[in-house]
Amino acid sequence: METTLRAKLLMTVFAWTVTLLIFFPIFWMLVTSFKTEVEAVATPPSLFFEPTLENYDAVQERANYIRFALNSIGISIGSTLAALAFGIPAAYAMAFFPTKRTKSTLLWMLSTKMLPPVGVLVPIYLLFRDTGLLDTQIGLVIIYTLINLPIVVWMLYSFFKEVPGEILEAGRMDGPKPRQELWMLLMPLALPGIASTGLLSVILCWNEAFWSLNLTASQAAPLTAFIASFSSPEGLFWAKLSAASTMAIAPILIIGWLSQRQLVRGLTFGAVK
Amino acid sequence: MTLALTRRNLAASNPGSERRVRTLPLIAPSVAVLLVWMIVPLALTLWFSFQRYNLLNPMLTGFAGLDNYRYMLTDPALWTAMTNTLLLVGWVLAITVVGGVLLAVMFDQEFFGRGIARLLAIAPFFVMPTVSALIWKNLLMHPVNGVFAWIANSIGIGAIDWFGSIPLTAIVLIVSWQWLPFALLILLTAIQSLDNEQKEAARMDGAGPFAMFFFITLPHLSRAISVVIMIETIFFLTIFAEIYVTTSGGPGLASTNLAFLIYLRALLDWDVGGASAGGVLAIVLANIVAFFLVRTIARNLQT
Repeated sequence: METTLRAKLLMTVFAWTVTLLIFFPIFWMLVTSFKTEVEAVATPPSLFFEPTLENYDAVQERANYIRFALNSIGISIGSTLAALAFGIPAAYAMAFFPTKRTKSTLLWMLSTKMLPPVGVLVPIYLLFRDTGLLDTQIGLVIIYTLINLPIVVWMLYSFFKEVPGEILEAGRMDGPKPRQELWMLLMPLALPGIASTGLLSVILCWNEAFWSLNLTASQAAPLTAFIASFSSPEGLFWAKLSAASTMAIAPILIIGWLSQRQLVRGLTFGAVK
Repeated sequence: MTLALTRRNLAASNPGSERRVRTLPLIAPSVAVLLVWMIVPLALTLWFSFQRYNLLNPMLTGFAGLDNYRYMLTDPALWTAMTNTLLLVGWVLAITVVGGVLLAVMFDQEFFGRGIARLLAIAPFFVMPTVSALIWKNLLMHPVNGVFAWIANSIGIGAIDWFGSIPLTAIVLIVSWQWLPFALLILLTAIQSLDNEQKEAARMDGAGPFAMFFFITLPHLSRAISVVIMIETIFFLTIFAEIYVTTSGGPGLASTNLAFLIYLRALLDWDVGGASAGGVLAIVLANIVAFFLVRTIARNLQT
């Protein structure tokens, strides 16, 4: 008994050392965000300092952080709702009324996800320029809806497949029409799956950084693009960068932590359970 | 299995149910938008790749034939970018897969605070690429004020100018840090589905921890590993944001990959024709990987 406890303690020390090494960059960012700019670049790194909130204030006031955050929120939620609106009916139909073509349709949807974005950067950029979608929220909503739709359909499909068929059968005996069937019977059962799918979509939209960097300038730029503006040499304010970064990743980190188990399904298209 | 049977019974006990519920209107919108999304940009990319088309030089128009491709394929920058792309993909894959397997085995053991440790270990995956790249570039890898420089100087090996002398290695490290949790998350899920009885039986037969790992755990993980490799490859072929905010492809072309080269041609040189030819190449590369990925997933999909 004693040896197993010792083994467990050794394992604990080892595993926590590894974990803290992995987490260190995020921890260090958090710590730096409470330093003054002078302390932030100090060598050796200052560990004991008086924490200050001035960076958070400065980022809010000077950099118009709120607008970028609102862009991120609007784009993520808008495109998630759109993807769900397209995806729920499709996944419902394929999960409950499979036909010969269901499998190939699913795989085809998946294959559209594998188109490298850079391969179609030029035409999308020109199309957006000519239609006035460049640097607009709606432009990014359209793109994100399309790139996430395959994942949304797949994830919903795998959740819907788990709803016991008996329940639908019982419902059909009473003779409701399909649409009522969908809402009355399926929703309570499918809601956790839909919620997880929505969260994954929000995470993917929030962190997307190819189209947001290339298709926005100032009006519709989300947080990914805002943070990128700190990369210019004259913009090197480490404490403010850290404060802005902390605010930018906090909501998504929490969502990710809450939904980590369900995410595997969406990220691997059900190939790993 | 029982579910599948039930559903089949359901369909059988309700003849005509599939006809009564017309599924086409439910599926058609998704298929239609994805079809447009797939065909229109692809067709335009192909079209542009055969055109003489530079936004800075509107006089230059007309059919270019294979000129854009010939120019691209004889451009030394392309081969540098291709080499960098392959190095980037290969190294990050090696680090994240090997590291991910080891981490998954570690998190499969019992230790105190495992739940919280797992949350901390998967956190990097949820950090947006521009944040992780800039935090690493400045706070950690800065050659004078970064934490790494301080550690290196303290132990007397001298600081490394990460982005000046070994930019590709620096980007490999950043991307690996972001994707290690992805591999961990998926491989841990797979490892936990391993049958306990099988492990117990092997242990009874006297298998040590290493034998257990190589003859039981690793074979069990093989499919999950292949899925991780393929999904990561598709993302890594077109790494962009991390390069954009750290090195801008430099110094010179030292950290320019295919995606970044296309970006340079398109949105800095405004060479639409040339960039489109590069885009076609990127699509072909991704499709080779995608073919195998879709096949693996298809084998796994029961409808």
